[in-house]
Amino acid sequence: MSIVAYFASLSILKLIKNMPGGVAQGLIWGLMALGVYITFRLLDVADLTVDGSFTTGGAVTVMLILAGCPAWLALLVAVIAGVLAGLCTGLLHTKLGIPVILAGILTQFSLYSVNLHIMGMAANKAVSVDKFSLILSSRNIPASILTGALIAAVLVAVFYWYFGTEQGSALRATGSNSAMSSALGINVGSMKVLGLAISNGIVALSGGLMSQYQGFADINMGRGAIVIGLAAVIIGEVLGRALLGKHLNFCGTLSFTVIGGVLYYLVVVTVLWLKLNSNDLKLFTAVIVALFLAVPYLREQSKSSFSRLKKKGAAPHA
Amino acid sequence: MLKISHISKTFNKGTINEKQALRDLNLHLEPGDFVTVIGGNGAGKSTMLNAVAGVWPVDEGSILLDGQDITALPEHKRAGLIGRVFQDPMMGTAPNMQLEENLALALRRGDRRGLRWGVTNAEREEYREKLKTLGLGLEDRMTAKVGLLSGGQRQALTLLMASLKKPKLLLLDEHTAALDPATAAKVLELSDSIIQENSLTAMMITHNMKDAIRHGNRIIMMNEGHIILDIRGEEKQRLTKQELMEKFAEISGTQIESDQVLLTR
Repeated sequence: MSIVAYFASLSILKLIKNMPGGVAQGLIWGLMALGVYITFRLLDVADLTVDGSFTTGGAVTVMLILAGCPAWLALLVAVIAGVLAGLCTGLLHTKLGIPVILAGILTQFSLYSVNLHIMGMAANKAVSVDKFSLILSSRNIPASILTGALIAAVLVAVFYWYFGTEQGSALRATGSNSAMSSALGINVGSMKVLGLAISNGIVALSGGLMSQYQGFADINMGRGAIVIGLAAVIIGEVLGRALLGKHLNFCGTLSFTVIGGVLYYLVVVTVLWLKLNSNDLKLFTAVIVALFLAVPYLREQSKSSFSRLKKKGAAPHA
Repeated sequence: MLKISHISKTFNKGTINEKQALRDLNLHLEPGDFVTVIGGNGAGKSTMLNAVAGVWPVDEGSILLDGQDITALPEHKRAGLIGRVFQDPMMGTAPNMQLEENLALALRRGDRRGLRWGVTNAEREEYREKLKTLGLGLEDRMTAKVGLLSGGQRQALTLLMASLKKPKLLLLDEHTAALDPATAAKVLELSDSIIQENSLTAMMITHNMKDAIRHGNRIIMMNEGHIILDIRGEEKQRLTKQELMEKFAEISGTQIESDQVLLTR
C-alpha cells in the first residue's frame, strides 16, 4: 500500500466518531489511576496487585449481575473483593516480610485462578445491557461519559476529604517518611495495609465499571492495568504542572490523574485509527510510560552530569 | 521518670558480625533531668536511645517511663511518651508535606488518628506563634513543603515538633552533628530553651565535650555498652574538659591520645 493510499484510507470523521467512546473508557481507566495514585504517589510503593484486582472487580460484577443482583450492589461487592486483594498483598508485605513488589506479583498471580473460579472456570462472561440494567454501557456513550465523570468527581471529593483527615494524613506521612511516622506514633504497617486495601478497592470498582461498559468480563482484562494506571498518573502530573504550575493543589492533582487516563485512551484511539497493529499497543504504552518516567531524570542530568563536563572538555578552572 | 534496669542488646547474634552493643546497662533519670551523653564511637549511646525509643526490642532488662513499663511496647505505641530529634535532619520531618501538616502530625503524637480534619484553624494560630519563637521566618511559610527547607530549618522544626505535645522524655541523638557550627549553636540554644520552658526530662548525645559540659545538669559517659561515669549537680557545673578526659582514661584504662580523637571535635 502506498503512503498516499494509506492516508487516503484514514477518515478524520471516523476518528472524531471514535473519540467519545475513548473518553468514556478513558474515564474508567482514570478511576483506576486514582487507585494507583494512592500506592504509587502517596505510599511510594509500586503495587502490582492491580492487574489481578481489576479483573476481580470485573468478574465479581458480571457474575453477580448475571445472578440477578442489582448493578450498584454488584459494584459494592466488587469493591470489597478488591479491598481483600489489597489486604492480602499488604499482609504478605507487613506480616510476612515479603518485599512489596513481590507480594503484589504473588497476589496478582494467584488472582488469575481466583478470577477463573469466580467466572465459573470460563475465560469470558458476557452481560448484555438488553437483559440487565447496567450503570453504563458502550451502547449509550454520552450517558456513560456522564456517569463516569460523576463517579470520578465523587471519588476526587472523597479523596480530598479523606487525605485531609488525621488518618489520611498519617497514611501520607507513612509514604513520605516512615521512620518519622513511627516516631510520631503512627503504625506504619497498618497504614501500608490500609492504603493497599483502599487502592485495590478502587481498582476493582473501575474493573466492575469496565466490564459493564464493554458488556463482558475477561480473564485478561486487567493485564497491563498497572502500566496504564502509571501512564495516567504521570501524564496527569506533567499536564497539571504545565497548566497550573505552582497552583496545582491536591484536588487538581487528583483531577488531572483522571484526565491523564482520558488522554491516554484518546492516544490509544488515535493509534488504532492510524491502523497500527493493536497488538503493538502494549509496547507503545510501555515506551510512553518509560519516556515520561525518564523525563524528570534526564532533565536533571542535562543540568549536571559527568558526561556534560566531558563534553565541555574540562572543568572551567582546570 | 526514666528507669532503665539491666538492659542488654546484641546485634547479629550468632554471626561473624555479632556485636554486643549494650551490656547490663542501668540508668535512672529524675524528673527534669537534662543528661548529656558522651562516649567514643560504638560506645552504645545511640543504641541506648533507640532502646528507650523502642526501635527494636531489648534482649534483657526492663525500661520504665513515668512509672509505666514500656519494655514490651512497640515504637509507635510508646511514641506518645517520647519526643525525638535525630542526627539526620531529613529524618524527623515529612518532606512531601506542608509545614503545618508536619506540625499537626506531631501534635497528635501517640493519639488515635480518626476522621477529624488533620489540621484545624485553631491549631494554625498556635503553630504560627510557636514558629515565630524560632526566629527563622517559618511562620510565613506554613503551607510550604518541608522538603524545601534547609537542614538547619528542618532540625529546628523537628525540635519544635518533638515538644509540641509535651513528652515525658525528650531524646536528642546528636541532633546538631550534621549542621554547620553557627546553625548547630542556634539549634542547641533552642533545645536548651525548649527543655527549660517545658521543664522536660531529656537526654542528649553529643560528640562535642564542651557542649556536653555546658548543657544539662548531668553528664554520663559510655564505653563498651554501659555507663562508666555519671556526674551531676555542682560537680558537673565545675567540670572541665581536661578533667573529663582524665576521668575517661582512668576508668576505661585506655590511652588518652587515641580517645581524644574520638571525643573532641
